[in-house]
Amino acid sequence: MSDSDADRTIRPETSGLNSEDPEEPESDVTESTGETVTLRIFRYDPEVESKQDAGFDTFRIPTHEGMTILDALIEARDEQDPSLTFRHSCRQGVCGSDALFINGSQRLGCKTQVSELKEPIQIEPLPHHPVVKDLVVDMDSFYERMRAVEPYFDPDDPPPDELTERYQSRENREDVKLSTRCIWCGACTSSCTIASNEDVYLGPAAINKGYRFYADEREGEDRAEERLEILQEHDGVWRCQTQFSCTNVCPQDIPLTEHIQQIKRDATKADLRFW
Amino acid sequence: MAMYEHDVLVIGGGGAGLRAAVAAHEAGADVAIVSKVHPVRSHTGAAEGGVNAALHEDDPWEDHAYDTMKGSDFLADAPAVDIFAREIREEVIQLEHWGMPFSRDDDGTVSQRPFGGLSFPRTAYAGAETGHHMLHAMYQQVVKRGIDIYEEWYVTRLAVTDHDEVADRQCHGFAAFDIATGEVAGFRARDGVVLATGGAGQVFKHTTNAIANTGDGAAMAYRAGVPLEDMEMIQFHPTTLPSTGVLITEGVRGEGGRLFNSDGERFMFERGYAVEDGELASRDVVSRAELTEVAEGRGVDDDHVYLDMRHLGEERIMDRLENIVHLAQDFEGVDPLEEPMPVKPGAHYTMGGIEINEWGETVIDGLYAAGECGCVSMHGANRLGGNSLAELLVFGARAGRAAAGEDVGTPEIQVGPDPDAEREDPDWPIEPGEISGGPPDVTPNDALVDPVPVINSAVEAETERIDSLLVTEDGVSQAAIRSRVQDAMGEHLNVFREKSGIETALKEIGAAKRELPNLHVTDTSRTFNTELQHALETRNLIDLAEAIAFGALAREESRGAHWRKAHQERKDEEWRKHTMLSWNDGDPEMWYRPNILESEIQEYDPTERSY
Repeated sequence: MSDSDADRTIRPETSGLNSEDPEEPESDVTESTGETVTLRIFRYDPEVESKQDAGFDTFRIPTHEGMTILDALIEARDEQDPSLTFRHSCRQGVCGSDALFINGSQRLGCKTQVSELKEPIQIEPLPHHPVVKDLVVDMDSFYERMRAVEPYFDPDDPPPDELTERYQSRENREDVKLSTRCIWCGACTSSCTIASNEDVYLGPAAINKGYRFYADEREGEDRAEERLEILQEHDGVWRCQTQFSCTNVCPQDIPLTEHIQQIKRDATKADLRFW
Repeated sequence: MAMYEHDVLVIGGGGAGLRAAVAAHEAGADVAIVSKVHPVRSHTGAAEGGVNAALHEDDPWEDHAYDTMKGSDFLADAPAVDIFAREIREEVIQLEHWGMPFSRDDDGTVSQRPFGGLSFPRTAYAGAETGHHMLHAMYQQVVKRGIDIYEEWYVTRLAVTDHDEVADRQCHGFAAFDIATGEVAGFRARDGVVLATGGAGQVFKHTTNAIANTGDGAAMAYRAGVPLEDMEMIQFHPTTLPSTGVLITEGVRGEGGRLFNSDGERFMFERGYAVEDGELASRDVVSRAELTEVAEGRGVDDDHVYLDMRHLGEERIMDRLENIVHLAQDFEGVDPLEEPMPVKPGAHYTMGGIEINEWGETVIDGLYAAGECGCVSMHGANRLGGNSLAELLVFGARAGRAAAGEDVGTPEIQVGPDPDAEREDPDWPIEPGEISGGPPDVTPNDALVDPVPVINSAVEAETERIDSLLVTEDGVSQAAIRSRVQDAMGEHLNVFREKSGIETALKEIGAAKRELPNLHVTDTSRTFNTELQHALETRNLIDLAEAIAFGALAREESRGAHWRKAHQERKDEEWRKHTMLSWNDGDPEMWYRPNILESEIQEYDPTERSY
């Protein structure tokens, strides 16, 4: 075993998903001294006997200025318990691998500063997905929702010749700009109470993906109409109850709720829906 | 044992892999992508500045070719450079046709901006997040075409016939394991395997590269017998954030950003490093200038310099470089609208790599490579900014088409062993090559030739290796071994290099190699075992670190990104040639291949490079 046994206790409790105020930690955990930070990290492994009952391990990690949650997780893994498992790659907020549930909300580990959070910092896998192991979740349902909106540029007309681009106005590019920033991290869809209770609801990320093409003038009017139909069908935009949780958690600051409402407005104007 | 079969298998789902997959699909092949991360997690997505193409009527593609050759410090090969500059124009326009949201001029055409080392504003871009948009635009095309993706499968060994001569070998597929379940399976490629596994930036600690960039494809190809070319040529990007290595795009300087030392001097001009182009000199020139300023006491905190873009104004910054504002705030706690950003050089790009020709072919039949893992060579000793996204399009497409069986005629660039080559039997400070423990990737005995036995043998070998790693009781962690290599590389194979330092680094690498058989994986679970995955990656990092250091030790000159203290001149008579390292079945051999300055279209004159 690793050297970390002294710091590590498996606690026989289940995940406190959506809990704003996690259970009090052990007594030796105190306010941050500025030198270490205490993390309570969700652990689960279906194959390992001691981890089959999901619970939390406590790690004390030496901190440095600018330390992110991802830095702290890497430190915990590389220096204390190499079996600690989480996804990560770019370390700079573009790969979307490390969306986690941190102190009760969806955030990217690499873009979240340790110093901004109340201790002990509770780190859990993204809610509303099956947990594969520790902080790794099965993202299949998220990817399936993305596929449902035909997530690829698909214009009405063939392109001009091979050395001529389609024109796009600066204004139109500006309209689609924010929607194109999605990194597929899944934070928004995980935060949406409707998407979490109804597997069939497309959810904010997929609707935003549809919006990205719908709003792009280069695709053409016929395709835009088809896009609108896909997005406003039974499991589409009408399920949104404008709680803004998706917009609140999006690490790319995409105005997801606004895009969803825009689709609703346009669908109504296009007489696709009557009330 | 499971066996998955396709015509073409592409390893890696970043830009080069996606482009290759689409090209192979369009050529009629049944294609699948096998990637250790979901494609949209690939590091192409972190590229910021743009993609170069001579799109303007006043910008002949031959100028782009010349800039690329000059940027390479005349180590690139002319046929590759010409093909690249000519074909990239259609590739970039095709991306636009695929919906890529390029930034636009007022007339609705694709915007282009100046970039380092370019004689024309030739860099098309999408904000400061060009790679993200390119990755997603190409992933969309893969989804649209229904191309199969095996995501979170980690390829660990190529299935190559065991002919004595490397040139007789054939690649039939590979062994890979499903990260989620730990299942090891065979993959058979009826027509070809395309390596598109990206760079090896993780050989260094201070790098812009993702954790996933461990050079797996280059290391696997090397051990299967394909030579590695110019591995010493590592690009250090001059503007990375000091605490994390996060990249600050060259686009900041392209738009007019300025570099200052602690005395407030615009040192690129005032200290004479590049009196014409200043901040827009080639990356190697700027990186050396920054570290010289630091070494001479004019750095900030003896560590970095400042990059200032405040004078561009908030409107222009938010229009063209908004992403940079967020990166500087999130990863360095600096608001670049209010204060200059601290920057220093960081390992960024692997110019060298798997030896390939202009169709992505390696010396092994059925094995291709494209993108950063390959070396065609079009970047030579220094890659220009905006040429990597461009390269992966042109040569990704070509590798995909060739792997799908397109007739490629007679390539101009040679690959494979050259009996007449100049060879060297250097006095290496450590024993190069094979690490004891575990079955070698290829044991030549002319016995394994047919596809299925070759693949089965690879799967058995990997199963054995993984099983043995999962039952270790004690030993050293992969993180410790990796750190040891990264520290040595950062110390001695950074921007400035000298013989004694490189030898010290090699001794450390040698020590890391000797530790490898004692690798201890604490996690015995087969479910999503990232510790096991990282342990397997560590071997690749060590082999590539050794190759980089050997190349750096051999090349006694200064050219492009490679600088040697005792040899500060470019020595064209002696060194206008590629360093080639052949694995030689565990007993590596260094040899040289002259570079090509003459193509069918033009001959390049290796003038002195100044900016």
